[in-house]
Amino acid sequence: MPDAKPAPDRLYRHTLPVRLAHWINVVCLPILVMSGLQIFNAHPALYWGERSDPDRALLSIDAVGSDDNEPIGLTTVFGRTFDTTGLLGVSTDAEGRVRSRGFPSWATLPGPQWLAMGRRWHFFAAWIFVLNGVLFAIYSLAGRHLWRDLLPSWRELRGLGGSIVDHLRFRHGDDVARYNGLQKIAYLGVIFGLGPLIVWTGLAMSPRMDAAFPWLSDVWGGRQSARTVHFMACVLFIGYVAVHVIMVAATGLWNNLRSMLSGWYRLPPPKSGGTL
Amino acid sequence: MIDRRQLLIQGLTTAGLVFLAGCDALSGNARAVRLLERAEAVSRRAQRLLSPRNAMAKEFTAADLSPVFPANGTINPADPAYQVLAEHGFADWALEVGGLVERPQSFSLADLRRLPARTQITRHDCVEGWSAIGQWTGPQLSTVLDVVRPLPRARYVVFFSADPDESGAKYYESLDLEEARHPQTILAYEMNGHALPIPHGAPLRLRVERQLGYKMAKYLMRIELRDSLTPIEGGRGGYWEDQGYEWYAGI
Repeated sequence: MPDAKPAPDRLYRHTLPVRLAHWINVVCLPILVMSGLQIFNAHPALYWGERSDPDRALLSIDAVGSDDNEPIGLTTVFGRTFDTTGLLGVSTDAEGRVRSRGFPSWATLPGPQWLAMGRRWHFFAAWIFVLNGVLFAIYSLAGRHLWRDLLPSWRELRGLGGSIVDHLRFRHGDDVARYNGLQKIAYLGVIFGLGPLIVWTGLAMSPRMDAAFPWLSDVWGGRQSARTVHFMACVLFIGYVAVHVIMVAATGLWNNLRSMLSGWYRLPPPKSGGTL
Repeated sequence: MIDRRQLLIQGLTTAGLVFLAGCDALSGNARAVRLLERAEAVSRRAQRLLSPRNAMAKEFTAADLSPVFPANGTINPADPAYQVLAEHGFADWALEVGGLVERPQSFSLADLRRLPARTQITRHDCVEGWSAIGQWTGPQLSTVLDVVRPLPRARYVVFFSADPDESGAKYYESLDLEEARHPQTILAYEMNGHALPIPHGAPLRLRVERQLGYKMAKYLMRIELRDSLTPIEGGRGGYWEDQGYEWYAGI
């Protein structure tokens, strides 16, 4: 019997550019989210349109009472007010002192109220995030990453309903060599949808960009709309990361992590006894 | 396997906490902050490269005016000299324009009103995140500059305000000549068709429509043309800039 090549037990799953881009995002995203919440805290309310008329807020986070006299945090969404003391409006800082602020200090960068420094972190990380994203997009489009790994096939698109049910049951197929349909759509949506959206709506808040390219904010109905969409895109990013991390943990945390670090993914042993 | 997984999760959690504590610590480290501040020059250059020099900020109609335009920062300067000027309806007030110019000059309100005026309804974007729409009237800063004739050495236009409070703080701001000569950069003496109210900077405030609100100094007393911002106050070109905010406030 001629020597049959043994079935490979490992697979080179992530190329170096993919791994680099991934870990740069891992560093940038928390900085962007937390410095973004620091900036949000300077005016913890959201609106629709060009203006921020206080009586027409879609969402607002307020504190009632003074910091030394048991203030309460109130969050109003679409006219309905909730007591959110401890989390939104009023929370305790790292030194255990009660503070009136939108998001709590553990969620913002820097921790204390410091708008100027929040902006510095935000724009620094934003530039790295944007450059990383642009280089990654070029790599995906010019190389084979997009066509080979990310674009779903017709078969995968047709099987999407079943794939959703499988994901909800944490049942994942045996074909670990490639992304599945739902996974591909999630990655495509984040890379070419959510990412550009959050950069766009961020730029739409810049007065200079808005002067040169009024459509940046006009498309949303104004600068305050763009600010609201920017915030919602951030919430979607957080949701995506949460699901992503849960899936990574559920499908072999160590193997997944190793493949994103070294590129190599260990394949499960063949199911049947082989072809002897 | 379980041990390794738990170890990994604990390790990642610890790494996350160290990372965040590190970021907070870096905010107090002068070298780290200087690195973060590099992004400002990148934003400024990129925005100037991408957008035309004379791109005009969006202008609105009277129907778009904010019902209530928030007055931020100082809303009535404590400076006694200012209070006396206000009592007399700013009849004795005059704007001194000097520094690196051929013909230093002072302008009374009547002088400014004799110059050709521009009226614009624009959106005011505060660094805090809110926006309000107001109507502003006054001469273009370029008109005033043409009267005093900046020397070739002049690079910045610096605006000095009436002192906001008793702490000795001085509000000032600065623009480069490109932004100063932009058609929508005006010295406004009217807001929404009336004399500029005190909370909004009476008798005269700066409007720079392509930058954030803190650039638009209120209670103007003196304008100077300078070749450097370093010798003035904290040396970073403005009251808020000296406290860490960007000098380039186009973003």
